[in-house]
Amino acid sequence: MALQDIRQRSGYLFLAVMLGLVLLISAQVNSRSGVPVRESLTSGIFSEVQRVLSGGVSGVRRLWSGYVGLRNLRAENEELKRQLAAAEIASQEQRALADRARGLEKMLELRDRVNLRTTAAEIIGAAAMPDFRTLTIDKGTRDGLGPDMAVIAPAGVVGRLVAPSARSAKVQLLIDRNAAAGAIVERTRAQGVVVGGGNERLQMQYVSEASDIAVGDVVVTSGIDGIYPKGFIIGRVETVEKNGPAFKRIVVKPAVDFSQLEEVLVVLTPTPAKEAAAGVSE
Amino acid sequence: MKAAGVILAVVAALALQTTLARFFVRGAAAVDLVLVVVVYVALTSGPATGLLTGTFAGLVQDALLPNAVMGIGGLPNGVIGIGGLAKTMVGFLAGVIGTQFIVSQPLPRFVVFFAASVMHGVVFMGLYTLLDLRHFGAPYAEVGVQSAANAVVGVVAFQMVELLPGAVERRRAAKSRLRR
Repeated sequence: MALQDIRQRSGYLFLAVMLGLVLLISAQVNSRSGVPVRESLTSGIFSEVQRVLSGGVSGVRRLWSGYVGLRNLRAENEELKRQLAAAEIASQEQRALADRARGLEKMLELRDRVNLRTTAAEIIGAAAMPDFRTLTIDKGTRDGLGPDMAVIAPAGVVGRLVAPSARSAKVQLLIDRNAAAGAIVERTRAQGVVVGGGNERLQMQYVSEASDIAVGDVVVTSGIDGIYPKGFIIGRVETVEKNGPAFKRIVVKPAVDFSQLEEVLVVLTPTPAKEAAAGVSE
Repeated sequence: MKAAGVILAVVAALALQTTLARFFVRGAAAVDLVLVVVVYVALTSGPATGLLTGTFAGLVQDALLPNAVMGIGGLPNGVIGIGGLAKTMVGFLAGVIGTQFIVSQPLPRFVVFFAASVMHGVVFMGLYTLLDLRHFGAPYAEVGVQSAANAVVGVVAFQMVELLPGAVERRRAAKSRLRR
């Protein structure tokens, strides 16, 4: 009877629900510190569902490609892909090493670069809303992962860890609207900040109008953000335009195809900036 | 019983969204399956059920975002309630339209789904921008494409739900005729 009454007065119900939601939003916007327990809980529980679903989907895909496709070729192909991925990672490290070798100061940091520790993780889910560019991976704090760790792929930078729970973690992709990374143009050493736009392209901002930037230039991480290790590929310059008297408007095509990612590497080695910050806090 | 069905539909849409969406990261083409379910329920069950479905679905989606993690300039990436509020409004208004107008043909349905998606985008992005939590730039094309994709999925879902039971019946009838 009461339920029937509520249904007939949907206008009042609407106002009551809206009021509740506005209060809920207000409460969160006023307090911006710390990771809420409910986020960790909901994320943890749902990631288990995603893990099961992802396992099911992967199982069906493997079954299909395993029996219908040519098995040996597939295995060989996967092995070659793994080797190629390892070679690309090594190539990126070498590229970064070459950068470092250009100056004495950079030479001193050589050891950190060589000893970059990473752990592989499988992608088990995506964001619940299309306006957020995040992925869920199958490793979490139990595997030594923590917030703000860089996530990379053989092709280049993927993003950073934002909400690790025990057995899974969310990765904010570099193309997310709230994502950013310190960047440098490899050829001319022009510095700037690469930010996501929620679509397939990145924008490199705060690059001086006087800088020499050309289409096709490789953009790599500068390391100044304290999250991404220096020298990893972000992408290539796609367009360069004037943007007012001081800065250029630069569009960067990411090196990573985010829709094709299946596995990523999480960088466990803290960046020098992060280590320094930890030292100060101690 | 109906509530259980609605919850199941929302959870299924969410599971499908999070499982398949990563293969379609290309932003503009992404479909919000949960929004499609909310509008569908609102059109078939009225404003009260529509708004409650919208609230539930939106809050669940919000809860799955990395909310308290700081983005650019120390802003949180997501806030619980913004998606809920947007979907509540959409669910309520779609329900009102469903009860006031005849929305039983593909074209009117397409229009309702499209308008609902645009409204959702405006409220969702508008609130984030208003609260200075997230910067969306000028996502007109993105909202347009996303709304069209949502509308297509919604209309197809309606057609399938309506046609499939009939198809089964027809097939059974044809089989029984053959036996005779």
